[in-house]
Amino acid sequence: MATKVSNFSDLIQRVAASCHDSSQNRHGDEEDENETESESEESEEQAKDEEDKEKYRVLYKMPFRIAQIRLVSSHPEVYEPCDDSFALVDALMADRNNLLEHQPTLCMEVGCGSGYIITSLALILGQEGPGSHYIATDINPHAVWITSETLAAHGVHAELINTDIALGLEKRLAGLVDVMVVNPPYVPTPEDEVGCEGIASAWAGGENGRSVIDKILPIADNLLSDKGWLYMVTLTANNPSEICLQMRERGYASRIVIQRSTEEESLHVIKFWQDLDAQEDAKQMATTNKTASARVMESVLSQFSLLSSWISNSSHSS
Amino acid sequence: MRLLTHNMLSSNIKGVSNGFPLRIEVEKVIEKHVDFNADFLRNMFPKIEWKAFVDAAKTIGYAELPEEADSSMLDSDEFLNKFHHALLELHLEEGGLVCPETGRRFPVSKGIPNMLLHEDEV
Repeated sequence: MATKVSNFSDLIQRVAASCHDSSQNRHGDEEDENETESESEESEEQAKDEEDKEKYRVLYKMPFRIAQIRLVSSHPEVYEPCDDSFALVDALMADRNNLLEHQPTLCMEVGCGSGYIITSLALILGQEGPGSHYIATDINPHAVWITSETLAAHGVHAELINTDIALGLEKRLAGLVDVMVVNPPYVPTPEDEVGCEGIASAWAGGENGRSVIDKILPIADNLLSDKGWLYMVTLTANNPSEICLQMRERGYASRIVIQRSTEEESLHVIKFWQDLDAQEDAKQMATTNKTASARVMESVLSQFSLLSSWISNSSHSS
Repeated sequence: MRLLTHNMLSSNIKGVSNGFPLRIEVEKVIEKHVDFNADFLRNMFPKIEWKAFVDAAKTIGYAELPEEADSSMLDSDEFLNKFHHALLELHLEEGGLVCPETGRRFPVSKGIPNMLLHEDEV
């Protein structure tokens, strides 16, 4: 009995630790799948213990896997999973039920780096349902190779192409991609560092960190299917509200899935999808030749300003 | 590289008007088992350029696909099995993809095509 109780309190401690939003914990370790089973003698207390255990299991145990850091391959010239990668995978996990319902046939990652994100997406979507095909690109030849190792270590597959964004795919893949994930090079740098060879291509984003993002957006618009979703990581310095307005002009609605501030940066993971209202607005904008109506501007900006006031409030209170 | 990917790639060198399909140069083809999923195949079928697919399969040594196909064939298990095998299980591991207009060769190494262009091709 004593051991059982200590097992249970261990469990509670583990649950409490995992509730603490420690990305290290969640992304680093596989949870122990085998909880100790109860012994044969049945008492009411024991049954209640079991019931509570089950409750915690249902509430907090992840019923699915993401990529494990220890199985992610690495190379000196390839960007390793970091806060931005974790934020994007957390956003995909947070949106998992929608993704499963979405039943994407083709999923794509632009700039796959270590392979952490595309591997996690393949694991999150799993083998159930009508099945998805994954394509990942990177301009860095080391990155696509490292990604193939990471995928293999997790027993999943994606087709890899060493190319610049989607060069070579733009004609035939147009309108076919149901889910696109992008953790772009978003760090503001001098313009001449953009597209340099090796690991610099993973972060050098030019002026306001927007050079590559602004190249990716029209390509994403071309590749996404009518029901296609785009998840993209942005930095506050990238002016995400302006990115949302630009996409609104292409007929996309947007939503912040995750906002996360670290010591160095404040990240948003934004989800974009084609939306009838947004398309109507885009048409009107085209005919009236205005960049964005006041209403649209307000609706897009509100989510960011609300959020920033919420962040400052919560940081004051804590 | 699966034939599905070959079916999605084209050459977009500056000045090329129709860079599809890329001609396959075979050095090594491998087979990898993939779980059969009829729903996926039915979803994928309308997105495939059939003639390019049949020709690509022949080039890498698989000649079992019908020359022409329409959606009524998706009810046949025999057809779906062949489609599945050619689309997903055959991989061009080493070789090249050649632009039909310019003859420019895009290398495929360890199953990964390199579609990057040189500065003067963009």
